[in-house]
Amino acid sequence: MPLEIQVEKKLADFALGVSFAATDEPLSILGPSGAGKTMLLRCVAGLEQPDRGRIALGGRVLYDSERGICLPARQRRVGMLFQNYALFPHRTVAENVAFGLRPLPAAESAARVSTFIERTHLTGLEQRYPRELSGGEQQRAALARALAIDPEALLLDEPLSALDTHLRSQMETQLLLTFAAYRRPAVLVTHNIEEAYRLCSHMLVLSRGRIVATGAKEEILRHPPTVEVARLTGCKNFSRAKAVSENTVEAIDWGCRLRLAPPISKAPAYVGIRAHTIEFVEPSAAEISSENIFPCWLMRSSETPFRITLYLRLHQPADGSEEFHLQAELFKEKWARFRERPYPLHVRLSPDALILMQE
Amino acid sequence: MDWSPLWISLATTLAATAITLIAGLAAAAWRERRTGPMMALVDGIFLLPLVLPPTVVGFLLLLLLGRNGPVGKLLLRFGTTVVFSWPATVIAAAVVAFPLMYLTARAALEQVDPHYLQAARTLGASEWRVFREVALPLAWPGVLAGTILSFARALGEFGATLLLAGNIPGKTETIPIAIYFAVEANDLKGAAIWCAVDIGLSLALLAGLYHWTHAQGQGPGRIRLSRR
Repeated sequence: MPLEIQVEKKLADFALGVSFAATDEPLSILGPSGAGKTMLLRCVAGLEQPDRGRIALGGRVLYDSERGICLPARQRRVGMLFQNYALFPHRTVAENVAFGLRPLPAAESAARVSTFIERTHLTGLEQRYPRELSGGEQQRAALARALAIDPEALLLDEPLSALDTHLRSQMETQLLLTFAAYRRPAVLVTHNIEEAYRLCSHMLVLSRGRIVATGAKEEILRHPPTVEVARLTGCKNFSRAKAVSENTVEAIDWGCRLRLAPPISKAPAYVGIRAHTIEFVEPSAAEISSENIFPCWLMRSSETPFRITLYLRLHQPADGSEEFHLQAELFKEKWARFRERPYPLHVRLSPDALILMQE
Repeated sequence: MDWSPLWISLATTLAATAITLIAGLAAAAWRERRTGPMMALVDGIFLLPLVLPPTVVGFLLLLLLGRNGPVGKLLLRFGTTVVFSWPATVIAAAVVAFPLMYLTARAALEQVDPHYLQAARTLGASEWRVFREVALPLAWPGVLAGTILSFARALGEFGATLLLAGNIPGKTETIPIAIYFAVEANDLKGAAIWCAVDIGLSLALLAGLYHWTHAQGQGPGRIRLSRR
């Protein structure tokens, strides 16, 4: 029962124009703030009307500009999880979950409410009001409420953005279980690549209202087609590139030549490398320059509890104003083995780790 | 002593407040979903009774509802008339109190986070149910404030009432009108008694409302019209 979405809508400073289908595998829509992600979800839910397009869920047409169809939100049977939960503050958890079950007989409604309260681990909190719940509990109550109506598709708008780290991982587990049991189109909007990666098998990258990449998440992460997609998926290091030979490029901004791993279908315009794939090595004299190994100097660093980010300059020591070439990220224990070494340090930009991009 | 002005004032004010509550809420809910240049005119008309002197409102109502007025003629066909009758006191008080209800209800409805209404819609609720079960309970404190203001305004109504309903003791003579005619007849003692009654009545009602709203406001989320 696929969810087919084809939407055009003029927004304040760009136009939303997308066409894709969500299958029964959960799909994440990744994009920076203001890329049109939320607007897209709202069009599917029936809270906004597109200018043109067609939205169909299974055999049902929810919206079709050509045929003049636009079902109101209440008839779409699309569950929506709002970023701020939108739990009714004047109703208890149980009353919130029961809200969408009005057409059912009271006994059946009560049974469904307790099923979903149990499934979202809210047992015992039925009579609480939303303000008496923690953020994670509120989010689970909102999930129970959306699922209780047996929606034919589930839309989640930044479901984890308001939660702290601990609750976030709990809620991720809850969502993974939900998706596994749901087996219907589920679309999750996020600006967080880790969230998108952990929760969904398929990914769609949106930028200024356009789809810039779509496919299996591993494929998008390994071979982002453009600099923009690479950046959105967390790649930090980029350099303009110029082909030198069949499997060698000149990395203009990094001032070095890089050997590439075959096969190379097309000469790349840019080359990039993810911060955590940069390796620190202790090369023999012969290895230097032949194996994508370069001397580097540390400009500055920043630490998180377990990792360290190193801002590196290639080829020569820093002399004042110059900026860094690469940022590398590694676990502190690993860094501890290199930090006391005399300069220059050496990094290896493995051909397998290099990302080749057009534009 | 003839206590009829007290009962007439109470009955008039309660009836007028009830009408104002419903009409003001309906107008606010209708207006809230609309935009456009015509709406400024609509707002102007809705707020006119607040701006105009009550005598002007009363005179306009008299033109509208009198024997030669468009509505008056229609009522005559059904063999009835409202001017100089008890319903006239209700109409005058309701019209004069309406803008206060309309303004406060609109402000209260506008402050409801639209996400709640949208969530209700995605859960299959009709627009009436969204209003009745989500928007109205969340806007209730504001709506209640509007009701209190309307009640106070209706209780004090004088000018429009006198023009539209006249001063018929036992029928249209409310407390403010009784005071006016007592003073005019140099019955200062009678005027003072009615003033004292009016002050006592107002304070008692406001105190009652205050306690009622606080009892309702107790405990989380207890802002609702009624318990199901």
